[in-house]
Amino acid sequence: MSELSFTPDEMMAIAASRALTNTDVCFVGIGPPSAACNIARLTHAPDITLIYESGTIGTAPDVLPLSIGDGELCDTALTTVPVTEMFRYWLQGGKITVGFLGAAQIDRFANINTTVIGEYDNPAVRLPGGGGAPEIASSSQQIYITMKQSKRGFVEKLDFLTSFGHGEGGDHRARLGIPTNGPTLLITDLAIWRPDPVTKEMTVVSLHAGTTKERVQQTVSWDVRFSDDLQETPVPTEEELSVLRALKARTAAAHAGKRLETA
Amino acid sequence: MAEFLSLNDAVKTYLKSGDTAAFEGFTHLIPHAAAHEVIRQGIDELTVVRMTPDLIYDQLVGMGLVKRMIFSYAGNPGVGLLRRVRDAIENGWPRSLEIEEHSHAALANAYEAGAAGLPCAVFRGYLGTDLPKVNSNIKNITCPFSGEQLAAVPSIKPDVTFIHALRADRKGNVLLEGIVGVQKEAVLAAKHAIVTVEEVVGELDTPINACILPHWTVSAICTVPGGAHPSYTQGYYARDNKTYIDWDPIAADREAFQSWMHDHVLTQGPEVFAERVKGLEVAL
Repeated sequence: MSELSFTPDEMMAIAASRALTNTDVCFVGIGPPSAACNIARLTHAPDITLIYESGTIGTAPDVLPLSIGDGELCDTALTTVPVTEMFRYWLQGGKITVGFLGAAQIDRFANINTTVIGEYDNPAVRLPGGGGAPEIASSSQQIYITMKQSKRGFVEKLDFLTSFGHGEGGDHRARLGIPTNGPTLLITDLAIWRPDPVTKEMTVVSLHAGTTKERVQQTVSWDVRFSDDLQETPVPTEEELSVLRALKARTAAAHAGKRLETA
Repeated sequence: MAEFLSLNDAVKTYLKSGDTAAFEGFTHLIPHAAAHEVIRQGIDELTVVRMTPDLIYDQLVGMGLVKRMIFSYAGNPGVGLLRRVRDAIENGWPRSLEIEEHSHAALANAYEAGAAGLPCAVFRGYLGTDLPKVNSNIKNITCPFSGEQLAAVPSIKPDVTFIHALRADRKGNVLLEGIVGVQKEAVLAAKHAIVTVEEVVGELDTPINACILPHWTVSAICTVPGGAHPSYTQGYYARDNKTYIDWDPIAADREAFQSWMHDHVLTQGPEVFAERVKGLEVAL
């Protein structure tokens, strides 16, 4: 069998999708998390419940939504609830098993910044802000994060703490009275990371095919910890790749044209 | 009591310089036509509230009409940043912009508290985050029963709330369907609500638990077909994602922005929206 070729972005989306299970109730962030969640639904987890903050519960979009509230999400949802109810009953009420987030900046304890680069009152770059993420991060039973690695993104110190991960590490979440598990998984274009059970420092547990420890370190501003039992991430299967590429193609076609063509 | 007015008259009657205005619609049903009418009338010194500022606040801010913006996500979803909002925050162009920044959970709760007639909203939020350090309207409150520390934010009570809806009946009862966001709360929390609708019909003929705003909760109803474009109206037309993507380079440049606003907003009227949704219609 010839070896499949794939990009780091494809590996990231597919590795992220594998973490989700059929019984998960997943609060989906826009962008890379949305792609991963829908690949999971279209491959090994057809019964996963996907929830977007616009209030759509049990949605099954045919194309990836550009926003968290595209009509496609509502049309294919089991039900759509008001946004107030979404945040109060479903998220704060503890019904979400996995919150899936992206980030602009992340630190070694998986705290996230999506607010500003630079000072808050005089920012170099004003980012969109937290949206649903601060409470997704504290109220979901656990958090998965997916983002590409770069020195600008993987920083020693966040410019602003938008969404709390493991804080300063250790039992910091518990000390703040946050009962949920926080970030348990970080999937990048190069590797899979999990928190150390005690210190909660994010640790590389698996390298994607063709990646080296040196390459991972070059894209991270702190000294990276690697697991003693470092694995290699299984390469994408033919099915995973074809599902991802078909989804991306449908999505690109739908977003490029004014009139939505039906497949 | 709902009055059927032209959009021009409704805005002129109810919105004043210096008011607090909410334009709500969570991706769906964003009241673009109403925001454009406010821009044409040049009503300024506004405090604007919106969970997801989106293109309409990029435009209101870029035209210099906004003094203060209360929000929880200032992005063009799936595309990137709001470049006019950024220019105002980073460079004070065309004027400086005060911001009061929250999370979605906080603002959703704050609208609900406004609708419920409460002074503040209480919820579990902001744990471990930096926003309370930069927003003095985020405080803690102790549960008198359990002792748990909870977050509190002031309720939102706009002078005027603008929303777009599917349709109204001839009495002015308004129907929302699909992603209903926080619009019911934003309307019930406001002194006045102005609702643009796709059409006015004899009977709404809805299921018994439909999301209806009774006519006596609304001040003015304006028929503006396509009035949410490039956002969308469930059952009428789809979200024009291409326009959202195309907005980015326009908003990135001050002159391109001003020229676009001149051509597409300042010299137009609400009637152009019907034309803009042609080709996007969905089957009823």
